[in-house]
Parts: sequence; structure tokens; C-alpha cells
Amino acid sequence: MLRIPCPWCGERDETEFRYRGDAVKVRPAADADAAAFVAYVFERDNPLGWHVEWWLHVAGCRKLLKVVRHTLSHDIQAVLLPEVAPSLPPPESGR
Amino acid sequence: MSGPVRITRGLLTDAERPVGFRFDGRELTGFAGDTLASALLANGQRLVGRSFKYHRPRGVVTAGPGEPCALVDLIGAAGREPNQLATTLALREGLVAESQNRWPSLAFDALAVNDFLSRFLPAGFYYKTFMAPGWAWERLYEPLIRRAAGLGRLEAARSGHAAPAETVHDHADVLVVGAGVAGLSAAHRLGASGLRVLLADQDVTLGAGALLDTRWTAWREAVSAALTRLPTVRSFPATTVLGAYGHGVFGALETLSAAEESRFGGLRERLRVIRTKRVILATGAAERLIAFPGNDVPGVMLAGAALSYLRRYGVAAGRRPVLFANNDEAYEALFALDAAGIRATGVIDPRTESLAMERARSLGVAIHSGAVVVGVSGRRGVRRVAVTDLNGQRPRTLEADCLLMSGGHTPATALAAQLGAPLKWQEAIAAFLAELAPEKGCLAGAARGVFGFAAAARDGELAARTIAAELGRTVDSAGASELPVDAPSSPLAELWEVSASGKAFVDLQNDVTAADVRLACREGYEHLEHMKRYTTHGMATDQGRTGGLTGAAVLAEARGVPIARVGSLKPRPFAQPVPFAALAGGEVGEHFKPKRRLALHDWHEAAGATFVRAGLWLRPLVYSSTPGWEPVLEEARNVRSGVGITDVSTLGKIDVQGPGAAQFLDFIYANTFSTLAIGRSRYGIMLREDGLMFDDGTTSRLGPEHFVVTTTTVNAAAVLEHMEFHLQSVCRDLDVVVTDVGDQWAQFALAGPRSREVVAEVASGLDLSNETFPFMAAGAATIAGIAGRVFRISFSGELAYEIAVPANHSLSAWLALLEAGKPRGIRPYGLDALNTLRIEKGHVTSAELNGNTTADDLGMQRMLKLQGDYIGRALARRAGLVAPERLQLVGVRPLEPSQRLRNGTQLVASTARTASLGYVTSSTPSVEQPGWVGLALVSGGRARIGDRVVGVSPVHDETTDIEIVSPHHADPGNARVRA
Repeated sequence: MLRIPCPWCGERDETEFRYRGDAVKVRPAADADAAAFVAYVFERDNPLGWHVEWWLHVAGCRKLLKVVRHTLSHDIQAVLLPEVAPSLPPPESGR
Repeated sequence: MSGPVRITRGLLTDAERPVGFRFDGRELTGFAGDTLASALLANGQRLVGRSFKYHRPRGVVTAGPGEPCALVDLIGAAGREPNQLATTLALREGLVAESQNRWPSLAFDALAVNDFLSRFLPAGFYYKTFMAPGWAWERLYEPLIRRAAGLGRLEAARSGHAAPAETVHDHADVLVVGAGVAGLSAAHRLGASGLRVLLADQDVTLGAGALLDTRWTAWREAVSAALTRLPTVRSFPATTVLGAYGHGVFGALETLSAAEESRFGGLRERLRVIRTKRVILATGAAERLIAFPGNDVPGVMLAGAALSYLRRYGVAAGRRPVLFANNDEAYEALFALDAAGIRATGVIDPRTESLAMERARSLGVAIHSGAVVVGVSGRRGVRRVAVTDLNGQRPRTLEADCLLMSGGHTPATALAAQLGAPLKWQEAIAAFLAELAPEKGCLAGAARGVFGFAAAARDGELAARTIAAELGRTVDSAGASELPVDAPSSPLAELWEVSASGKAFVDLQNDVTAADVRLACREGYEHLEHMKRYTTHGMATDQGRTGGLTGAAVLAEARGVPIARVGSLKPRPFAQPVPFAALAGGEVGEHFKPKRRLALHDWHEAAGATFVRAGLWLRPLVYSSTPGWEPVLEEARNVRSGVGITDVSTLGKIDVQGPGAAQFLDFIYANTFSTLAIGRSRYGIMLREDGLMFDDGTTSRLGPEHFVVTTTTVNAAAVLEHMEFHLQSVCRDLDVVVTDVGDQWAQFALAGPRSREVVAEVASGLDLSNETFPFMAAGAATIAGIAGRVFRISFSGELAYEIAVPANHSLSAWLALLEAGKPRGIRPYGLDALNTLRIEKGHVTSAELNGNTTADDLGMQRMLKLQGDYIGRALARRAGLVAPERLQLVGVRPLEPSQRLRNGTQLVASTARTASLGYVTSSTPSVEQPGWVGLALVSGGRARIGDRVVGVSPVHDETTDIEIVSPHHADPGNARVRA
């Protein structure tokens, strides 16, 4: 079970949060075409390594957080506010 | 005389307190402190069960939770509980157990014929044999196989919830798993430094291996006593750590003793969820078997288990034991039995010499060095052991009644592996070792391959020092007592399998032989995890504790690669079988799925409502207990002809405020809200970003920057989350606050041609005339003296209002409305009547908003705004989502008014075998017109209005001629709502 250090509430169980998907994806501009939205909604990398994802603290402060999580070890490197763009090391090679 | 027997006092047993129990109908006696296994052995019972596949006779193999064979059915007041481990089950007065997987009796089992047919039952037999015809699997093969395979029998619990359990959350700085010498030493040092320590051990007494060595008694007792004096240390005996879940979370299962059970009202298990900063895994090492023919005969036991039975319970595994071991540690059993007066009839060791072998020789035991066991005779118990040299020469036979085996010790690394620790092969002990990063914790003692008690004690201290430093503490080693010196020992010689004819098991519980492993390899299952699944090796409840590595070694040999390349099986939680009741804990019944009651629940109940679950809510379905449609239709008719009132408080209500509120709603909804006038409501549809329908509801504008949104009952939480997510990500620049006010406001719908009269009488401060308060008007009003809101919106298709009041004023507002309605014939109506009315009107609910439908499918394509961005905009227009052949919302009606409709009825062009055109989503008897009406999703439905189709419901064996009509059965011109 993940223990997510919420910057507003402290370290909490993952069950207090709702996973809201890939935070690397940015919603296309208002005039973007369907192809851009297909990429935004359906196309996902499956990285081995650090990954940024949205978690909404629904059973706590109801704040949206950017969590930098390692997809293999589940280690959490950072929990950021939505406006912060994390700098990520490149994905590791598959094994 | 032969067979096991109690010969001395055990550490745990109390000879003054006999305990009566029953096994397979026999009345037997053990002592308090016994396990069922030790008590059976003390009674000379070697045969305790039949094996899974071949129905071979089996005995007790281990003295702990890794037991593969001694599984029994326990028969108690609550019924039969299968697959209980005799080796950990505490003996209780009156305990009743039965052996498993035998018929008609343990001694004579009809299906033991499988053993002689085994040539025809290789690994993968079921996959290969029971292939065709397809129907035979379900009707013939599976029932036969299920009866033949076993283990225990399941029986429905007799009543209610048989086994109460509870869940407890624990927090610590350091969790120490395992209370052997290393764990005790680590916990002691950490506790002395002031850290909060939890010490968990599966055994009922702390000490593990140290319990078996009298030289360590003083140390063990001193440290255990010291732990009880340390205020920050808590010790949990009888608590198995089941799994490591990352981020310092561990699950553990505590089994309560009989005394605790009665103290805690019948509580049997306690699930502990442990959150800790660091962990020390002092989980010891498990002794492994050797694969030789007959290694499953009752009386063949792990050497360490024999030592346990002797020390803990005073039971000798046999009176003429032989030892077959490749390591010096295993000889401890032989020495201990010898000291208790049981002289071994021989030692078989593949090594040519060793220190322990020398000591055994000096005791006068016959030593067969450079030799192996090639067979065991005695079907129901060991009688003779066949021995040859390693090269197969010099065959000889030893008389014996038990055979103690040991293929070495495998460090218990399962929890470390679950924490992501890589495993490395260690030649010296012929096992894999794990290494943990210090920010997670460390391993200590035998779990780290450090054998010998004194060495383990020092290793535990080292672990404590490392972890304390991690947590910013220092460990004081003052007061360290003198440790007994570890006897020097010789290295082991790798030995996994003895090649000789006969079944050599690598997995005793699932009856997997070394030959099965080789067969799997020949057939292409070369990867360890593939071999596991093909042969079921290591897949039983013991998870291959005794033979897992042995199987991997046999596979490595078959592949011609070193075992390090084959690896070891991935250990997953749980470490032992866990009853579902323990996992459920207190979350059963209403605590599993709580009920949400309306503020007016008591009123509805007193008014005779029948309730229905809607999500977590209990909603009035109909105000009658009379079955059938008539009470429902009465309520619906009363709405159409007069006035009815219904409680719609379960709708989601979200308050949206701020300068950016209108712009935000324009983005969330597919239609426009920024143009909505203050004091007006508008129906809105919400899409998902993939373009499909998400939710619908009315939104009202109460001020320039103030909206109140309603959602469907089922999506109340999801819509709020959807809004919050987008507000905090995509719409961060908007100054908007969304607040869930679903519980703060109660809401009642008044519907029917006379509804205006009722509302007008109760609501003040609002002119309800059609001119000033038209259809879709919204405004504040005083309802029976309470500040509330009135919305002129309609779900039924009649003139209707929804009244909102703060939830704690529900009753007075509701009663005032009823009072005002009394002369006008007002009646409450439930969810069924509400549904009848909305189906007649063609309004959709979750049956149509099913996650697969688009706005176009539901005939709402014109609501999608053409200007501006909104969620789902781009993808809703994908060709596939607006294709004319998609399932579109239509109305349906049986041609023959006496015939009924059913939800789920498939619609086809004719009764010939043709593809389905769609299906009925909602249906009801109509009060608007004779017969039934319904809604359906039909391929290209809008173009089929006026067509005739056939409704087919094979489960009811019904066909109905059906006409496709407009979904708006009632008042298609929408005149009534504007009246």
C-alpha cells in the first residue's frame, strides 16, 4: 500500500486518495483536433522508472497532487502541487 | 515397539493438564501446550492424511507453518473448517479433527489406486486429457476430478457469521519480524534506545530456535524478561507477518489462544495492519527436503522438526530413527534424541566426513558416509531404509521407524523479496540471499545466512545498530551478556535429489515429483514460473517452503544450467492461509456496506414505504407492502391527475461559486451555462473526455457568480471529483470554488396539475404565476417559515416544482407541503412511480446513461455547443460516435396491449436467427395509455420509428411483437410542464 505524503495533511494511506491517471499528459489546446485528444485520452507510455501521476485526496483535503512514483519499486520521490513541473530522470531500460 | 512416542517433559507441554480430543473418531489424550500434530505423534499416530493427487499415506513432516501434509478438517460448533494445519493448531479440550482426502477411511483409501496408475497421471495430465468434447468438461470431467482431488471438504457455515475477527492498526519505528536469537537481540537493543518496537513471531512463545537449545535458555529468558520491561517494545507472539506491502506497511495475523478467545467474546483472529518506519527481518531459515524415492512415507520428517517435537513437547519422532542429512546443523536432532535415550540406527550423509559426523560416530551411531537413501519401505510408515553409496554401489538396508531428513536450510527471504530485494545465490549455504536497502530495513541472523546462535545474536545487534543510526539513534551495547559459544561446524554438500527408481517428491502437498519437473522442462516449460504453473510445484498452501528450492534445483539440472540462473519462485502474500473472516474483520453486514438514510427516513417508514437500495441509499420504492404494480400505478396516476410529492434528496447537489463559475460550467458541460439568466434553471449534459455521456441534471443560477448543480444519485461523488480534478488541473486559472452540499439540502418534487396550488400555499416571497415564475424558473422562497429554494423543473412531464430546504428542516417543510396538499388529494410517491412517469416522458436515467451511450445516441446531439471548448468536445464528434447505425434511444410498445415488456429483452427483425438490433432498457405499465411502454436502445433507432420488431427474452421464453415509437410517450409537445 502506498503511503502518500500529502503536503496539506501529512503522510496518508493510498486508500484516502483517488488515482486520476497520468499527469505527464497535458490537455490539448481548445482548438486542437481529435487526433491530439486521442493521444491525450488513450495513448500512454508504460515507463519502467519514475512516473508522474495525479492523485486526488478525496478523503482528506480534496486537493489534487502530482505524485512522482517509481513504477517498479513504488517509491515516491516527490509530491508536488499541480502547477509544479517535475524534472524526471529518463526511464530505465526494460528488464 | 516402534513409532513416535512421548518420552520426556516438553518445554511447552504440561503433563499435569491432560486434554481430550478426537481424531477420525478415536478418543485420544494430549497435554495442554500440545499442537494437534504433537498430540497425534504422542499417541503413536504416524499416518495423518492422504495426499492430494495420488492419495498416498502421509504423516507429519514439519513442526510449523510450512507443513505440507498434516492438514485436517476441524469440526466445531460453527461447522467444518478444512485445511487446518495440525502443526500449528493448539490442542483444546474437546477438539474434533478428521483426516482429509480419503474414502472410506484413512487406513484404506479407494483412490489410492491413483498411485498405481501414476504412470498415466503425469504433470499436465488434466490439460492434455480432458480436452474434448467441450460439454464434457462441465458435466463429467470437472465433477469427477473435484471429487478425486482434495484437500478438505467445504461446508456452508451453519449460521450467521461463524468466526468473528477484528482489524487493528499498529504503528512503530521498527518492526522486528521473528523472535529468534537475532530478532530478540535486535528488539532488545532498539527498545533500549527508546525506539518504538513491534516484535512479531508466528510461534506462541518467543525464542524460535533458541527454544530448542538448552544452552540458550538463560539468555532467552533474560532477554524476553528485559523486553517486557522496556516501555516502547510490544511483543506479539502467535502473530504471522503475512506480507510486505511497501512504504512500511505490513499485514500480520494474530491467532488468539483459547484463554484470549473467551476473554474477547469468541474472537479467534486479529488482523494487524502495521505501519513502520523500518523493518528488521529476522525470519530465520527453513529446512528443506531432499528428493529421494519414498521421501513422503509417514515417518519421514525434517530433522529440525524432530528436534522441535522432542524439545517442545517431549515427543520422539520414532524409537529407531535414522538421519539422512548433508549438513551438520541437522545432527542436533540426533544428538538430542540420543541424550534422551533414543539411539539412531544410522546416519546417511553424502559427505565423506564432517565434525558432526565424527561426534555421531563417537556416540556409537553407524555412519554411512558418502551415501544416500535410495528408497523407503513400509507403505503406512517407515520400516526399512535402502541406502547405497553416491555411485549407487554397496546397497544396504537399515531398520528404522522414522527417517529424519535435511537438505540444508533456506533463509526465509519472502518478505525481503516482496520489498524488492534482489536475490543472490550463495554457494556456501546453497541458497539465495536477499539484501535490503537500509532505508527500508535489514535482514538479520539465519534469514541473512548467518547460522549459529551466537553469530545470530551479534548479527541482530548489528542490524539494530544500523537501523537505529538510520533513525538518528545510537544503540548502547552495555550490559551485553556472555553468549554461549557456537560449536564449529563443517560445510554442507549440495544435495537436491537422489536418482533412483520411485517417486521422489519435491512438493509433498501438491504431489509433484522430480520426474514431473523434468517432464515440464522437456515439454518446454523451462522458466521456473512456467514449470511452477504446469506442475503446480510450490502452489499449495505451504508455498513450497520445504521443497521449493529443491524443485528449482531439479529444473536447473534438467536445463543444464546453474541454479542461480533458474532463480527462485516469486513469493507473494500471504505467507500462510488466511481465513476470509480475518480479512473482513469487523467490516461485515452493515459495516461492510453502510446504509444511507434520508433525513425523512422515519417518516417514509411510518407511511408504510417499502425501501430499495440505490447505491448506499435507502429510498422509498412504493408506499405500500402490497406486491404488484397496482400501488405504484395508483401513485403515478395521482401525479398525472392531481398532485404527488416525492423525496429526491439523494440527488447530488454541488454549489459552484466564484467569478469564473459560469466559464467553468461551460467547460464542464456540453451545453452552455454562461448565458443562463439569474433565477433560471437549465438541463445540462456532461461528457467524459472520450466523448461519451457521463451525467445529466439541472443547474440553476442563483446569482451572477453562484450556481447550484444537481447530479444523478449514483454519480454524485463522481461528478464532484470530476469537477475538482478539472478545476485543479486544466482550469487552474479560474477563480471558482465547488462545494458538495448534497447532505446540507433536502429536496422534494411536487408534481401534477395541482402542484402550483400546493406550493403557492406554502412558499412565500415568490410569485408563482406562470408569467413571473415560468417553466425552468428558480428562486429563493420561504417554505413554511424556512429559507429555501423553489425550482420549476419536471422529471415526470407534469407541471412540477422542486423545493429545497436545509436538511435539518426536512420534516417541517415536508409536513407543511402535505398539509397544504391534503384538500387536493396529495400523496407521496416512490421510486417506482417516479420511474413510470419518467419512462412515459422519455427521460433517461442510469439504464440509458450506461457509459456506452453518446449525446447523439440519446437524441441530445443538438445540445452540444458549437462555440467554445468543453470536456469531450473533440472526441464526441468522432465518426464512430455519431455513426447512424449506433444504438439510439427510442420508445417501444407491445402491439398487443395485454403483453408486457421486460428490461433486457432483445429486439430482432424477425423470429428467424438474426442479429439483435438492440434491447429494452426501461419498461413500465403505463398510466398514460393502455398497456406497457418502454425505452430501448436500437441500432439506427431514430430512422426505425414506426417499424415493427420482435422482442425476444429467451430466459422467459417470450416473444412479443413490438412497435418502435418516439421515446416521448406522454405529452410529446411538452405543454403540461409549461401550463
